[in-house]
Amino acid sequence: MNTLEAPSFRRGGRMNALETTGLGMRHRRTWALRDCSVAVPAGRVAALVGPNGAGKTTLLRLAVGLLTPTAGQVRVFGRPARESGERMAFVAQNKPLYTGFRVSEMLRFGRGLNPRWDDAAARRRLTELGIPLDRRVGRLSGGQRTQVALTVALAKRPDLLVLDEPLADLDPLARDDVTRGLMGAVAETGLTVLLSSHVVSELEGVCDWLVVVNGGRVQVSGDIDDLTARHSLLTGPAETADALAARLPVVSRSGAGRQATLLVRDDAPPPDPRWSARPVTLEEMVLAYLRAPDAAALPRPALSPVH
Amino acid sequence: MIEFRLDRGSGVATYLQLVQQVRHALRLGVLQPGDRLPTAKEVVAQLAINPNTVLKAYRELEREGLVTGRPGLGTFVQRSLGQTSMGDRARLRAELVHWVRDGRQAGLTLEDLEALIASVLTDSFRQEIA
Repeated sequence: MNTLEAPSFRRGGRMNALETTGLGMRHRRTWALRDCSVAVPAGRVAALVGPNGAGKTTLLRLAVGLLTPTAGQVRVFGRPARESGERMAFVAQNKPLYTGFRVSEMLRFGRGLNPRWDDAAARRRLTELGIPLDRRVGRLSGGQRTQVALTVALAKRPDLLVLDEPLADLDPLARDDVTRGLMGAVAETGLTVLLSSHVVSELEGVCDWLVVVNGGRVQVSGDIDDLTARHSLLTGPAETADALAARLPVVSRSGAGRQATLLVRDDAPPPDPRWSARPVTLEEMVLAYLRAPDAAALPRPALSPVH
Repeated sequence: MIEFRLDRGSGVATYLQLVQQVRHALRLGVLQPGDRLPTAKEVVAQLAINPNTVLKAYRELEREGLVTGRPGLGTFVQRSLGQTSMGDRARLRAELVHWVRDGRQAGLTLEDLEALIASVLTDSFRQEIA
């Protein structure tokens, strides 16, 4: 298989923030996640993408130690996930805030539970966002509630922040605000982020690392710029498509009538001059893989250094 | 200072869009030696993009010798991008005129020619990037 190497570009040392090996989770007889080996290098903003029910939430909950795996293991900055609680923060999809609490009470609650809590930063952040501290959480808008959940998570000063569908059910303006807040936090602290989403288009420019999960298995994992640069979209006459497809690793194929389109894992110009090539977007690439569950683009298994 | 824009659906990697916009500004003289580029934080506040992407773009520009990072101070323009000489331009244009005439005689339409040029350009620059 034409495998993709993990890139050398990274920030903040060579360690992986998150590493899973042979991870599996079985509910009764069904595997929600199986044989899942992924690595997210420190300092990255990683997207976990896949259809609903693909195992994204299971993977995230295993990563932060909320679930105990049936098989395999999780390491966070080189240590077992269960010993790394203080270095991680998790925002679940339903943004578990106490709706009867005032925002200031959420902060007091967080301060009591977390020894690394940064109360000043949390208050500053909420003031900048114009969220009143005396407002009850239940009376905030969806975007504001997400911002409070994000503020509480960031106040724990995590090295790894894990977010389950943080942008789901937010309006476009709130999405932009939340994304900006998250990216600002990355710029300030250099923390590693892993966020899940089923809307790929909104991850362009936001994430730099991609993990695609499909049917309980990892399908794609790697640096987004590297991955997209190594794929292209070829368009040409349909009658020559089979011949071309036999020579190139085709991920997906579409077309109508005399024209065919191939999304290939290859960056060389097409060998046949009747075919034209253009770059793929992140969304085109992800959709192509999701439509072809048997295709995969994974880095070679790397031996992780022992610390 | 340069203000970056983003075309999210273009298929051009975000860091590359930033690199291209700096090069473009250097060619036009909008950016000149000594000018400071916005910090990753400033770009993030403006565009809501990943700061790693900004840093990657600046590393690429630094590798090309166009900018230089001064720790604690920022990233500064090192040199401008001169235009190609008038002689080169005139020669290339003449060759292209000749090529277009050839193509039309062979029966290619305006769109055929445009598609052909676009495809050659794409291939050529993709090889360079890869």
